[in-house]
Amino acid sequence: MEPIHTHISRQFNAELEDIRTRVLQMGGLVEQQIGNAIAALMAADTTLAETVVTEDYKVNKLEVAIDEECSQIIARRQPAAGDLRLVVAVIKTITDLERIGDEAEKIARMAVRLAAEERPKNNYLEIQALGNHVRGMVRDALDAFARLDIEAAVRVAREDEQVDREYDGIMRQMITYMMEDPRSISRMLNVVWAARALERIGDHACNICEYIIYLVKGKDVRHTSLEQIEKEILGKH
Amino acid sequence: MNNTAPAVASRIQVRNLSFYYGQYHALKNINLDVATHKVTAFIGPSGCGKSTLLRTFNRMYELYPGQRAEGEILLDGKNVLSPRTDLFRLRARIGMVFQKPTPFPMSIYENIAFGIRLYEKIGKSAMDERVESALQQAALWNEVKDKLKQSGMSLSGGQQQRLCIARAIAVKPEVVLLDEPASALDPISTLKIEELIYELKKNYTLVIVTHNMQQAARVSDFTAFMYLGELVEFAETNAIFTNPSKKQTEDYITGRYG
Repeated sequence: MEPIHTHISRQFNAELEDIRTRVLQMGGLVEQQIGNAIAALMAADTTLAETVVTEDYKVNKLEVAIDEECSQIIARRQPAAGDLRLVVAVIKTITDLERIGDEAEKIARMAVRLAAEERPKNNYLEIQALGNHVRGMVRDALDAFARLDIEAAVRVAREDEQVDREYDGIMRQMITYMMEDPRSISRMLNVVWAARALERIGDHACNICEYIIYLVKGKDVRHTSLEQIEKEILGKH
Repeated sequence: MNNTAPAVASRIQVRNLSFYYGQYHALKNINLDVATHKVTAFIGPSGCGKSTLLRTFNRMYELYPGQRAEGEILLDGKNVLSPRTDLFRLRARIGMVFQKPTPFPMSIYENIAFGIRLYEKIGKSAMDERVESALQQAALWNEVKDKLKQSGMSLSGGQQQRLCIARAIAVKPEVVLLDEPASALDPISTLKIEELIYELKKNYTLVIVTHNMQQAARVSDFTAFMYLGELVEFAETNAIFTNPSKKQTEDYITGRYG
């Protein structure tokens, strides 16, 4: 992790380092939840899927704990400039991480339902591909957060366009299946929900990248086009 | 260095200002504009020159030998530093409040009336009105209206400081300089002074020197960060406290200085 410049107050320094570390810890847990949810869906492993569902409380607990720590830093330290942006970025990042955790839980619930059903020939390969893709985005976003790397953050945001295309592809495919075989509709809807959850994970990873840019550059790039971000933040034309 | 001037009308323009305590070069080529009807804060570590800069605006330094300023401080386009400046008039136009409350050893009423009489000849009822108006503006009237004949020294520290502010604004200045106005006060009195500063900027242009960075963040519209006699960064307070452009500023306001 990129070190922050040392404070006169070592205690304050330790507190700031601590919230950063805990965000990465929470991120690691969330990443693992996504991985297990996808693996459970692919392998029709209901035990693993149920573990994902029951483990979600750990993600929630971390969110609450880090939030509390941030409130205390604001109350006691009145952070300014880069410190203030770190605390704000952390508060926002953990909200998105918690939602990613919820999406992983949803996927796990779909995995349980799908495990009881007949499986298609390709065994939901497209879900696995999309899943690996967004999981990689979450990992890269967390790496960018740890290294305060805005170029990596912009790359992750760029990835989301590809994820959206993959998601559209899956939707078209599912609609075709459902039209061909209306009896598959209830099963296919579960696949649609899983794909939707994965697509949302990609969006949350993008949000985290926007907070990283805010943290490093002090610029709020939400609701800004990627082209604009690349031009303004990375100086590309 | 050249700094971005605030994009609003300015009351005072500082141009290439240098200041010397004997041989010691205390302010180095300062350029900045003080925005009209806004609060401008000077922050920086001890000895950075922020009080020195404040004291050049009404030439307070002239009270001491061996101190001199070079460059220009323009008030209505006229250089305050010019030998032709009438210091008596200047100090009425640019009032000052100090760190330690300095009421005169006379009644509350006289503390205010004294200053007005130096500049104007007015009748009793007009004077009563001026005293009341000044105390009203300084948010002190309700606390002292029944004891105007009591000594100014009998008031609490926070009240004394508001009395000093009332005294400064009673002569209808354009600019009020505040040198650490709340650092000798308790938190509640401090908040009252800060609230007062917010009210006063409707009618006056204010410049405040403070060691308390959070205070600068709370009360000012523009903040100048100074270090070793130089103006390092001057920008809107919002920008300084959320996203300063200079690393030195960042280090200072986040407590990494030293």
